[in-house]
Amino acid sequence: MKQNHYKQLVFCLLAAMVTGSMAAPDTDRQAELLYLLKHDCGSCHGMTRKGGLGPPLLPENLQDQSSELLVNTVLDGRPGTPMPPWRGELSEQDARWLIEAMRRGEGL
Amino acid sequence: MKTHKGSVPFFRKHCGEVMPYRRKRVLTPYVPYVPYLLLALLLTAMSLATYAACPVRGTGDLGIVIERASGSVLVVDTTARKRLARIEGLGDLSHASVVFSRDERYAYVFGRDGGLSKIDLLCGRLDKRVLQAGNSIVGAISQDGSLVAVSNYTPGGVKVFAADSLQLVADLPARDKAGHSSKVVGLVDAPGNKFVYSLYDLGELRIADLSDPAAPVVTTFTDIGRLPYDGLITPDGRNYIAGLFGEDGLALLDLWHPDEGVQRILDGYGRGEEKLPVYKMPHLEGWAVAGRNVFIPAVGHHEVLVVDRYSWKEVARIPVHGQPVFVVARPDGRQVWVNFAHPLNDTVQVIDTQSMQVVHSMQPGDGVLHMEFAPRGEFVWLSVRDIDQVQVYDTESFERIATLEAEKPSGIFFTARAHRTGL
Repeated sequence: MKQNHYKQLVFCLLAAMVTGSMAAPDTDRQAELLYLLKHDCGSCHGMTRKGGLGPPLLPENLQDQSSELLVNTVLDGRPGTPMPPWRGELSEQDARWLIEAMRRGEGL
Repeated sequence: MKTHKGSVPFFRKHCGEVMPYRRKRVLTPYVPYVPYLLLALLLTAMSLATYAACPVRGTGDLGIVIERASGSVLVVDTTARKRLARIEGLGDLSHASVVFSRDERYAYVFGRDGGLSKIDLLCGRLDKRVLQAGNSIVGAISQDGSLVAVSNYTPGGVKVFAADSLQLVADLPARDKAGHSSKVVGLVDAPGNKFVYSLYDLGELRIADLSDPAAPVVTTFTDIGRLPYDGLITPDGRNYIAGLFGEDGLALLDLWHPDEGVQRILDGYGRGEEKLPVYKMPHLEGWAVAGRNVFIPAVGHHEVLVVDRYSWKEVARIPVHGQPVFVVARPDGRQVWVNFAHPLNDTVQVIDTQSMQVVHSMQPGDGVLHMEFAPRGEFVWLSVRDIDQVQVYDTESFERIATLEAEKPSGIFFTARAHRTGL
């Protein structure tokens, strides 16, 4: 468990360094983001992220998509579809953390 | 005392002689039957135990509350305002909906994971369950109560089941001529054992006639508008309306005159105004009507639209707190209650349908997801997801009259829906 936690920390730090963004959101914010992911993203993508009116967001659905595209989709939405822009409610750092959380299958 | 004294010799005289006679002659021959007698007693006890689980009572004041995150539902008593039973193991219930059998004993719960569960309200238990598709959204029960239809996202289409056994009766794929599949939304029942639904990805509307379940007849209307997201049918079963996400307007079909085709109403209602991001799709459920006026949520605007039910022209737009999700009329049509999309979903507003103004606002808590009125409208139940509560309000005084605990409650459905077309 401890080692896992450590790996996660290193991963997040590396991800933050690579993307040039700030450190990951603090634990309170992470909990808020996961709640939002489950309940608000979940109303279109399913609480188990298996899809609904919106596409599924399971790790295998995201593996071929670049993080840049996914972060932009979260922040700016996808015009012509019901996917709304979440900028204003989510920072870039929040969006990046959420994408990585989805890639890890966190909360599933 | 005299009568008592007198009764003793009377007893001795008549019964004192009879009893030894009966012991010898009457009871002894029954001894071989004692095991059978015990078995009968046991069976009676068992049936009494069953009776305790399934009380003799009506189900007309019962309902179902969906607990969306835990895959469970509550059976509730709306008269006593309490929980009667909790039924678990119903799968992914995000966006679950419910219809009722015509005897109001059974509830059919449609889950997100394609699960169709038949709940026995009287006994408070799961009666049957099938996993009928990968991903589904909504269902309907036929006019005669014999068929339950489920609309699916993956694979797109409608599946029809026998209401009693949940055996598959018909499978209606949602493909166009080129073979493109679509998610199905806005499925409702219509007179003549028909189901009406819209195809989200293809912009089509379909009528499936199940009057002969072995040979369903499907009629298709194409180009009804971009991205229909939900649909409703008027209580008389005459008009079907699909809300469009891809454009400002609604698609209307007169089921008495399907040959006249689908007509566009409220075309371009948001024209010239920037559409706001939609954090939750509005729902068209039932028919919020008062006199000539129908109340409909605007998509991407902080407004409730009012349209004339005969001319289908816009009558008014009522500014409200946020983007409406549900716009539901109290059964008498005097009030319309509105809840809102994230992040303004802590508020509920009440519109007076005569002045067409918001007359009451309240904050029941974060995540107000659904509202269900008593059949005659004297109270309303609200689900407040983030504080794990169902709150009951008096619709005249707006006072809260009860609070029930529920885990992440979403949809609330009362059995009176059993007798209404389109619910």
